[in-house]
Amino acid sequence: MSSTVISHDAAHHGSHDHHHETFLTKYIFSQDHKMIAKQFLITGIIMAVFAMLLSILFRIQLAWPDKDFPILEVFLGKWAEGGRIKPEFFLSLVTIHGTMMVFFVLTAGLSGTFSNLLIPYQIGARDMASPLMNMLSYWFFFVACVIMIGSFFVESGPASAGWTIYPPLSAVPTSISGSGMGMTLWLISMTLFIASQVLGGVNYISTILNMRTKGMDLWRMPLTIWSFFLTAIVGLLSFPVLVSAVVLLIFDRSFGTSFYLSDLVVQGQILPNEGGSPILFQHLFWFLGHPEVYIVVMPALGLTSEVISTNSRKPIFGYHAMVYSLVGITVLSFIVWGHHMFVTGMNPFLGGVFMITTLIIAVPSAVKAFNYIATLWRGNIRFTPAMLFAIGMVSFFVSGGVTGIFLGNAALDINLHDTYFVVAHFHLVMGSASIFGMLCGVYHWYPKMFGRMMNTKLGYLHFWLTFLGAYLVFFPMHFMGIDGVPRRYYAFTEFPFMEKWVSVNILVTWAAIVAGLGQVAFLVNFFGSIWRGKKATQNPWKSNTLEWTTPVEHIHGNWPGEIPAVHRWPYDYSKPGHDEDFISQVVPYSQTMSSNSYHDFEGDEEAIAIQREWNKENNRSVEE
Amino acid sequence: MENKELVIADLLRTRKAKKFSLWLGLIGMFMMFAALSSGFIVYTASGVDKGIKTILPHAFIYSTVAIILSSVTIHFAFQAAKTGNLVRQKSLLIFTLALGLVFFVLQLKAWGILTERGIYFINNNASQSFIYIFTGLHLAHIIAGIIVLLRCYIGAVKPIAHDYNVFRMDLGAIFWHFLDLLWIYIYVFLLLNQ
Repeated sequence: MSSTVISHDAAHHGSHDHHHETFLTKYIFSQDHKMIAKQFLITGIIMAVFAMLLSILFRIQLAWPDKDFPILEVFLGKWAEGGRIKPEFFLSLVTIHGTMMVFFVLTAGLSGTFSNLLIPYQIGARDMASPLMNMLSYWFFFVACVIMIGSFFVESGPASAGWTIYPPLSAVPTSISGSGMGMTLWLISMTLFIASQVLGGVNYISTILNMRTKGMDLWRMPLTIWSFFLTAIVGLLSFPVLVSAVVLLIFDRSFGTSFYLSDLVVQGQILPNEGGSPILFQHLFWFLGHPEVYIVVMPALGLTSEVISTNSRKPIFGYHAMVYSLVGITVLSFIVWGHHMFVTGMNPFLGGVFMITTLIIAVPSAVKAFNYIATLWRGNIRFTPAMLFAIGMVSFFVSGGVTGIFLGNAALDINLHDTYFVVAHFHLVMGSASIFGMLCGVYHWYPKMFGRMMNTKLGYLHFWLTFLGAYLVFFPMHFMGIDGVPRRYYAFTEFPFMEKWVSVNILVTWAAIVAGLGQVAFLVNFFGSIWRGKKATQNPWKSNTLEWTTPVEHIHGNWPGEIPAVHRWPYDYSKPGHDEDFISQVVPYSQTMSSNSYHDFEGDEEAIAIQREWNKENNRSVEE
Repeated sequence: MENKELVIADLLRTRKAKKFSLWLGLIGMFMMFAALSSGFIVYTASGVDKGIKTILPHAFIYSTVAIILSSVTIHFAFQAAKTGNLVRQKSLLIFTLALGLVFFVLQLKAWGILTERGIYFINNNASQSFIYIFTGLHLAHIIAGIIVLLRCYIGAVKPIAHDYNVFRMDLGAIFWHFLDLLWIYIYVFLLLNQ
């Protein structure tokens, strides 16, 4: 392994000499994938904290709808007059919480960070195919974040039509306060965000297909790379559809067209728009919206695959099945969007088709869940914080995924649609699972990003508070949903049948607050360890993938000398006959004669003959 | 020497990846128009009073001829760049740019004809608004295409290194051909629905 790191002067590696970096080019407008990854991560963390605080605010309203909290008025001014959050602002809170979490944290924060960090590292490339596009991708994202936060400072408040921005609420600026300037800013922000994602995604795909090092064929790629690759494909095919939907929406809002609007009376005024169909927007939105949930969860699945295998000290169970199930999820993700629209008066036959495609997704998802468990089975498990988060991810993926089977049934969905059951389902399977995947990635690759280790004890504290907190928050919501409690309602005291759930809301809110405080442990750990963490060694987790063959100190071009060639798949852990429990991808089979098996050579007769000869000479018996 | 080979290998690989990125970008752009097409189909099927309900202006035929011709000229401009004939490359690029502008003007003219017939963008039959959306978004891409052509032209005027010039022309030509094909797709789609 050490043979791959030749610490000679970095100025001797071809095209990557002569770099006179200034503060601006190194830290701000950097084109280096490692720095851009850090920029995505830190921006993502800031957005996550912001979005989490929004959720605590609306949780306070839900738990104590009849109580005043004067301190809220201090911070929120007219949006919490008398210490009580206004209904309009409540809607803004849920809208922006959803938007930020789904897009800014779990799409850009997750994919942006780890695709940028790991794609060049794990496939053996000096950088992305187009570093400039990569930089632009980050800055579009950053401006999108600033505009979205900026919408809190306009007089009519941020957008409040829900993260799905269904017209007519989103299309008629006069309908509610959040439909005005806030909605316009939302649309501008999201347009920039889509530009960022497309630029990034194109770069990821192109880099993976064109820039792999010698020997790194597709079936030797770590599952992380497979997941980023397929995620980027999903993004590339679905985000432009949202652009189309948004373009039509902008024309309806600001120019008076009638793509989505028809027969409306708003504030006593009859609107001139006729003939439009709000359902058309839903079709276009969900054609992105559903693949989007896989954009969110697939990178998390990839990261956990890597972490679980490394920390179980076992090859990932069913590598090919894992890849094919990701491919299956990718394909299926485009033909299930109608399950969000069962109650729109859809033709029941069409509903049946969408139901079947939706339920089929359970198959590749279950393959993945079982493979994780089979990888853990009898493994030499090391419970690092990253590993705990990875296992937590699997737990949420299973418990949230099961309720997907309920919701995918058109007959059941008619009852459960728009209730807390849906909120519980997607917060577990998409929200919590993805955020756990992301945190698992942060803990695992922190040494690669910052050259230091995070504190393990704080990591454990963070894990348990977040894990238990998330279940306490979301699990009770299933029962509320089955009871028919609708989502997005402002005060449970307004409806007698919902009043019994106020006490549950208090539990949920306390759990959310405790879990929220748990994130302080993470923030202290994350930012503190940048300067005070224990110095990392080159390969702290004894992992096989290529990123751990680069020096701890970041250099432009990643490897000081030539990029190492790859000789084997990334999951040779605990291989019988080898003196260590891991074999890096860069170690050739000629150096591991005592652990080679015949199928390693994939039918290469010459190599098999050499191995057979060696086995004979050394009295080693291996099954053929 | 070894370093130089490494640089060239790196450069070639990066160029290949960039060209590939362009193809991916084209897929993304196509998806946008595919979404609009399906939006159009779903909308138009929603009632008998929907649909284009007019004959598309003849200006679209002329603009189609202009953009097809521009595809031919950029193809020969690219060939000229490959042989290092900068003068020919520049003049063909000027032709392409001019045809691009003619296309632009003809599309605007077609809009004028439509409004004369009383078919406005702001319209309660949104199928008719879709004509403006399709052509307008395509024109937005044409603007991007013209910028790309100008950049190719500047490259030839300077002139930049031969291999870089060819690479730039290669990408520019692919993008311009795509805009041509995209227009043909849009036009045929609209013709089939008129």
